[in-house]
Amino acid sequence: MNIIRPIAATIIGLFLGLLVTFFAGENPLNVFLIFATSGFGSTYDFGMTLTYSMPLILTGLSVSMAFKSGLFNIGAEGQLTMGALAAATAGALFTSVPAFIAPIFAGICAALAGGIWGGIAGYLKAKRGAHEVITTIMLNFIAAGIASYVTVYLLKDPNTQNPQTIPISPNYKLETFAFFDSAPVSSALFLSVIVAILVWIFLYRTPLGYEIRAVGSNESAASTACISISKTQILNMFIAGSLAGLVGVGEVLSRAECFKLDFSPGYGFTGIAVAFLARGNPIAIIFSGFLFGALQKGASDLEIFTHNVTSDLSLVLQALIILAVSADGLWEKILSGKKVKL
Amino acid sequence: MDWINLAFSIGGATIRMSAPLIFAALGGLFSERSGIINIALEGKMLAGAFAAAAVTTLTQNPILGLIAGGFAGMLMAIVYGIFVINFKANQIVVGTAITILASGTVPFVSQILFQNTGSTPEIPIGNRFIYTPIIIAWLLVISIWCLFKFSPYGMWHKFAGEHPDALQTSGIDVIRTRWSGVLVSGFLAGLGGATLSICLSSSYTRNMTAGRGYMALAALIVGGWKPITAALACLAFGFFDALGITLQGIQIPKPEFSIQFLNQIWSFFVSAQFIQIIPYILTITIVAGFVGKSRPPKALGQPYLRNR
Repeated sequence: MNIIRPIAATIIGLFLGLLVTFFAGENPLNVFLIFATSGFGSTYDFGMTLTYSMPLILTGLSVSMAFKSGLFNIGAEGQLTMGALAAATAGALFTSVPAFIAPIFAGICAALAGGIWGGIAGYLKAKRGAHEVITTIMLNFIAAGIASYVTVYLLKDPNTQNPQTIPISPNYKLETFAFFDSAPVSSALFLSVIVAILVWIFLYRTPLGYEIRAVGSNESAASTACISISKTQILNMFIAGSLAGLVGVGEVLSRAECFKLDFSPGYGFTGIAVAFLARGNPIAIIFSGFLFGALQKGASDLEIFTHNVTSDLSLVLQALIILAVSADGLWEKILSGKKVKL
Repeated sequence: MDWINLAFSIGGATIRMSAPLIFAALGGLFSERSGIINIALEGKMLAGAFAAAAVTTLTQNPILGLIAGGFAGMLMAIVYGIFVINFKANQIVVGTAITILASGTVPFVSQILFQNTGSTPEIPIGNRFIYTPIIIAWLLVISIWCLFKFSPYGMWHKFAGEHPDALQTSGIDVIRTRWSGVLVSGFLAGLGGATLSICLSSSYTRNMTAGRGYMALAALIVGGWKPITAALACLAFGFFDALGITLQGIQIPKPEFSIQFLNQIWSFFVSAQFIQIIPYILTITIVAGFVGKSRPPKALGQPYLRNR
């Protein structure tokens, strides 16, 4: 039953979304084929699908990690911005770090920056009672402002008109695999998958993970069992933030090789969809992140091959899938076999 | 530039920039006071902005455009309401989904109607509002204040958000009250978007709401979920918005500190980037209780189960 709902929701969402293209005068089946070829048609396309999936897996993990202790992390977008900015800053300023350690150093910077950004929301929730949904939304905008300032005034790349930072030094760059042609798939691909497995082990096989889940499922019981709610919440938001911050590794070290302003097409928000489709399970997030990555890549060629459907369709599909999976009341009725009444 | 002129131009821009925020914040007020979290304001505004510009272009009538904007917001609200009220889905997840839905659907429709996902055709000045929506916004602030203060209808909304069981016991249906809150909320947020596209600018442009829905939500919280204070918070946020835009165009006096670091700090604090994030920093300090304290409605975010 656990797996029926997300799969059914995906199918319903895709079906409705493709049906909509009918109104734009397209053949939905044709649109589906464009999706498939554009997402998986060549090794380059597949590489790009993976490139889009990597950040989505990480932001999905971030949202789901926070949700394990009952917190909503709408701030993955801001956390990944801070993470990417930190990785790019490290790569641009500390040029003398030896090559075998440089990417790890940048990764730690990214995780720390994202973690601090998430930790602020955790602290404000735990110590000051500020609702994390509000604070993380606000922190997203603050992160965007800081990133814009750093990119435009402090680390501006003088060689281009685009708002981006000076390129990272070569010792930070991650080698991309030749197999995927020019698609920027590097060892950062494994990072997402390894992190997902580590998150699973952390949550289900360590005492700290148990405490986080205990706080999420029953706060007062956890408190009675001498688990510090505020400590757990702060720590949890720090970890959630650092997971989102790790997006900076693949994005900066192997894709852009600098920080580009507004590089993220809403990875942080799509992460909410990724996490919810997977019902918060870290291993399932690998697959749902891949699905959303494929949707994003698949939609990118729609402009070329159709008259009226654009890549924005992937947003419609995303939204429909979230809606389909989130309708708790409806699903309970359907699964319990009762007649559905609105 | 002459300082008096500058003050007038910032003042005028403040009043204009705050109008869409006021509409959306009042919309948020209706739904949040009745117990439904509204982080979907952004999506509703976007739908309203597009529909208003599209209908004004097609009918040459801005009044029809404004109304269409309201109904487009309401349409989004209907989807939102079905999921969060009837299906008891998580309000934050669905709110995010609605905003994503709007940002995907609007370019889709725009492409079909105008063969352009980026913007709608330019609306001639005669077909745009100069100040009407701004006046409507402030009239609404006062009438909604009266509504919540004096009418039973306003009282029902307050109870639906504070103590739904009490409301249900007194014979007023909580679900129906919340539905009316959500629908009015969508309409008002749509009007906010419409103000943006057919009053403050001359067409709909891609993602033109640019976070204003979230900013309106912030103003609502800073204003303590009350209409007049929320409108004042919108005015303050509109001021920072106007100031940030103005500062990009003029030379700011730069004191020379002997320490390089202080100079850098100074240039950060007078940069447009910093001034535009002040509202968000302010909101965080207020929700965290560092300055004053803002208390949300008690039953905010909890789905209501009839026949418990």
